[in-house]
Amino acid sequence: MFRYANPAVFMGLSGALLPWVSGAAVIALAAGLWLGFHVPPDYQQGMTVTIMFVHVPAAIVAELAYGAIAFASLFSLVWRHPLADTAARAAAPLGAVFTALGLITGSLWGRPMWGAYWVWDARLTSFLLLLFLYLGYMALWNAIEDEMRAARAAAILALVGAVNLPIIKFSVDWWNTLHQGESIVSGQIAPIFLWPLLTMALGYTLLFAALWMVRIRTEIVNRRTRSLMQRAG
Amino acid sequence: MNGPFVSLLLRDLKLAARSGGGAALALAFFALVATLVPLGVGADLKLLARIAGGVLWVGAVLSALLSLDRLYQGDYDDGSLDLIALSPLSLEQVAFAKLLAHWLSTGLPLTLLSPLLALLFGLPWAGTQALFISLLIGAPAVSAVGSIGASLTLSLKRGGLILPLIVLPLLAPVVIFGAGAVSAALDNLPNGALGLLSAFAAAAVLLSPFAAAACVRLNLAG
Repeated sequence: MFRYANPAVFMGLSGALLPWVSGAAVIALAAGLWLGFHVPPDYQQGMTVTIMFVHVPAAIVAELAYGAIAFASLFSLVWRHPLADTAARAAAPLGAVFTALGLITGSLWGRPMWGAYWVWDARLTSFLLLLFLYLGYMALWNAIEDEMRAARAAAILALVGAVNLPIIKFSVDWWNTLHQGESIVSGQIAPIFLWPLLTMALGYTLLFAALWMVRIRTEIVNRRTRSLMQRAG
Repeated sequence: MNGPFVSLLLRDLKLAARSGGGAALALAFFALVATLVPLGVGADLKLLARIAGGVLWVGAVLSALLSLDRLYQGDYDDGSLDLIALSPLSLEQVAFAKLLAHWLSTGLPLTLLSPLLALLFGLPWAGTQALFISLLIGAPAVSAVGSIGASLTLSLKRGGLILPLIVLPLLAPVVIFGAGAVSAALDNLPNGALGLLSAFAAAAVLLSPFAAAACVRLNLAG
């Protein structure tokens, strides 16, 4: 772990991995979309079931990204490694975008299925709160000028959020059952829907990994440029 | 009995009472929010009684947020936080004293005012009781989570703007359980919300001083 935390080692490794991860992401997304467009209509949802293939993976990656931030923040607080800060910061906008994507595709699905773009369903609500957590995290990073302090403060916030996130999820579920709201159509998923879903989930995750690496690499290059400029001028 | 902890607590309470009347302002804000809601949704007492729990809980949380930015920022700006850090108290104890002072100067007065506002909303007695008890339990949690936000933003000039964005999503469970306790009391349902609220409050009050102390430490180190 520590060896890869060295920026130079990370640049070499991620540079070698990036084309493969990006390629795999493209292939998985293309295959998932092709599979997704060739499923038979669901007996209840009709063709709107295909929205699931772009919606559920976005939601999975949105939570995965917060986990990645929390893990990087723990790494940064315990071992004080700047690359972990860069990694955490780089993951935040990606996570926010995937959360927003999950909310948007969810509401597009909700319009034909629930009759409204937005219902105060437990999962929708906790994802809206997750989006606000991302926004607060990013705002804190931007607000504190001193980079070291911003990194430490953001790391503490990310960990507090990570502890609180399961509680928020639980409380929102509890709130929703109390109010007898809309319930998500649950049950066993047929294999014909499962395969495109899994392929898309793999594609989204690889896409996130590729974009994350690109963002970390960009930040490292930016830092080198800044220090070169300072030395020169 | 006049140890450093008590002196710090008394100092913060005096500051809250004397500098600009923080507690009174929060109370006035709370009362104003409660006045504006009927103006917005109409004077139907049945409807108002139904939404009173939620409205008053949201109002109380927002009022408590108003005075949070002074929790650490004032002491940081004038340097007294450095002196407090040199005192025999650990920073965790300092954070706990500040959280206690914030609750005593803001959360407790808001709790005491709530039955009066509940009366204006036509909330039945069972609901008023539930509101009072849930605020009594939940307001320390608001101060606790808020104190983390306050310590994260203590060095910011405009910390007051970013603070709600950080703190409010984390306070969602408090509002849900607090307002849920009131609706459960109105519907004569078994009230599990108070237990969940107590658990959240206990965890928040016990754990938040560690997070807040870590933030203060990093800001004093730099």
